[in-house]
Amino acid sequence: MLPKQEVVAMLLAGGQGSRLGVLTKDIAKPAVPFGGKYRIIDFPLSNCVNSGIETVGVLTQYQPLELNEYIGSGQPWDLDSMNAGVHVLSPYEKRKKTDWYKGTANAITQNIPFIERYNPDYVVVLSGDHIYKMDYSKMISFHKEKGAAVTIAVQPVPMEEASRFGILNTNEDDSIYEFDEKPKKPKSDLANMGIYVFTWEKLRKFLLADDEDPKSSNDFGKNVLPAMLNAGEKMFAYRFEGYWKDVGTIDSLWESNMDLLDPNVPLDLSDADWRIYSRNPVMPPHYVAKGAHVQNSLIAEGCNVYGQLEFSVLFAGVYVAPGAVVTDSIVMPGARIEEGAHVQYAIVAENAVIGPNSVVGKRPEEVENKDEWGVAVVGPDCKLPAGSVVPPKAMIDAEEVEK
Amino acid sequence: MRGNEVIGILFAYVHEERVRELTQNRVMASIPFGGRYRLVDFPLSNMVNSGMNKVGVITEENYQSLMDHLGSGKAWNLSRKSEGLYMLPPFGADTRRTDGKIESLASIMRFLQNSHEEYVLLSDCDTVMNIDYRDVFKFHTEKQADITVIYRHGMSPDTDKNVVYTVDPEGVVRDMLIKRGSDADCNYAVGMRLMKRDLLINLVQDCMSRNLSDFDRDLMQRNLGDLRICGYEYTGAAYTITSFSSYFNANMALMDPKVRSSLFIPDHPIYTKVRDEMPARYGLGSSVSNSIIADGCIIDGEVENCILFRGVKVKKGAKLKNCVIMQNCVIGENTKLDYVVADKNVTFADNRTMAGYQTYPVYVAKGGQV
Repeated sequence: MLPKQEVVAMLLAGGQGSRLGVLTKDIAKPAVPFGGKYRIIDFPLSNCVNSGIETVGVLTQYQPLELNEYIGSGQPWDLDSMNAGVHVLSPYEKRKKTDWYKGTANAITQNIPFIERYNPDYVVVLSGDHIYKMDYSKMISFHKEKGAAVTIAVQPVPMEEASRFGILNTNEDDSIYEFDEKPKKPKSDLANMGIYVFTWEKLRKFLLADDEDPKSSNDFGKNVLPAMLNAGEKMFAYRFEGYWKDVGTIDSLWESNMDLLDPNVPLDLSDADWRIYSRNPVMPPHYVAKGAHVQNSLIAEGCNVYGQLEFSVLFAGVYVAPGAVVTDSIVMPGARIEEGAHVQYAIVAENAVIGPNSVVGKRPEEVENKDEWGVAVVGPDCKLPAGSVVPPKAMIDAEEVEK
Repeated sequence: MRGNEVIGILFAYVHEERVRELTQNRVMASIPFGGRYRLVDFPLSNMVNSGMNKVGVITEENYQSLMDHLGSGKAWNLSRKSEGLYMLPPFGADTRRTDGKIESLASIMRFLQNSHEEYVLLSDCDTVMNIDYRDVFKFHTEKQADITVIYRHGMSPDTDKNVVYTVDPEGVVRDMLIKRGSDADCNYAVGMRLMKRDLLINLVQDCMSRNLSDFDRDLMQRNLGDLRICGYEYTGAAYTITSFSSYFNANMALMDPKVRSSLFIPDHPIYTKVRDEMPARYGLGSSVSNSIIADGCIIDGEVENCILFRGVKVKKGAKLKNCVIMQNCVIGENTKLDYVVADKNVTFADNRTMAGYQTYPVYVAKGGQV
């Protein structure tokens, strides 16, 4: 038995993230690059460490290779401690009932032995696809104060958008009386952020009961939480104010990167008291050449910028050739934008090459039919030949380019 | 060369007197360089990239900032169960004469004797270059040398402080001149030597018993006739920091893409301490030209021909030209700087003006408030 940990965090990182298309072709969603030097998973991991949670289980299933490699020993997040630390938990063969993780709740159920090693009082369940900075210790204090079985973080959303979210209907004391999944007529504006604090004893009981139910799809939102509500357990909503974004789609991923360039958006990554840690590239500082033009952008180490850059995020080791123009775009590690290429409203994935004089994406005001506009995506390792045209909303796969 | 054949020994302190400005509060090895590095990062990374996994760092005084930088050696992959990084602070009485290398080596005699590696690579920390020591090792064995010294051919970086070799076509060092410069091209030392550990122990003990204390004169030059000393010519980019202006020029040389590609080789990266800063942020109305910018900088002003280290803030209307600005400095609004080297944590208030000249950059000491 390991020393007791009051809190164990379980990070759900197994989803395919199919809505991100080519970006998650070979990597799990939490490993998708974000914000010039991070990956999405850096946010929940750094939040854990900064909140004093030192035991984290990362539940992986889909394309775990790169994610496993990235997490490694957990050293970049200070999670390589002796008796706690980060552990990657993949499904494994058992004597009875071997299975993939069938649902979010099932992923935790299959790892009850992992959690029990630390004998925790509380288990925090997190998603691997959200960008936010949050002190979980405050939420845990709230949970203790209320004596709740589960506390769910919520954020007020504009009423007209509420029907896109999982809405929680609460009493005056913030206790929850109803779950309303994507309601047509929302009664409340409190959206479920997918951040849960459970009293472990209670969660364990309901997970085991859910596991016995053959009709259950073993999902927190669909099965376990409603079962807890029906059983009359104390469930509370914890209001979180601050930046929070689900980056599960191309548009939201793009928007959230762009938010980093907006000084009015409350997502400050330079805050020394709440650092977002990541595995840092080993590269020299970046170079901005004579004749280059850089406005309102983020540039990471190892970049060489000779062209024009506006409202864009460059990840480590990106090359922007003379005469190339990159605006309102995200260019991921190692990509090259060759001479005269024009990249706008686009995501250029890792190690892609945009050939000379190619045009990727379009400004929304240049597109007549607004339904045809969207962020253009050039997939990892795509080598676009000179003069290529990638229309807005298109998604280019390296294999297609080769054909 | 296998990792367990060669120990690295770094002299963290030698030649400090040449750049007094920068070594007031730190050793030579921890002088900041190139936007995110310290000088020690270069020899240390070279050693690690060449497969060496045991490096001792000899310090003398003022080594706190170096300890802080190196930590456990994790960033260089030297925090290992077997071997790794050894800090070798002064041990015993400080009887510093000349450059003190022989006393330093004598004081770590137990470390040298208890090691099992066959060879030792001794390096100063004042030269910025990216060398593969495996090539040197191969040269050393092929030439059946007792000692191999590394040199560069070209104009000596300094007029009167160098070691200059005469090397015959076989690669054997025939003559060695100390504290020399040369107006013409010459073979000047870059402060790195490879030899067997046993030989080093014998030479150091011999010098100590004869009360000889100058490494170049007594350990090397005196043995020129008895030992087979060979010279390995290094042809890549190298910058030896011999004065404040050479420090400035070495930084400025990084603007040249050829120099960068010779110093920063993807397969032989230069490692350094990680700071977890966010990428550099350029504001609306900023203007940057021909500059090296590190993570964590926030730029709202104009920057031209500059090196900005991590976390530098350049406020609106500020104009920086030909400057080296170290970690966490703040340049106030409408402040104009030309040929200024600002050490760490310097704050320039709004509307300040300061200018040096190409041959004489102005230096602002660590933590200064202008």
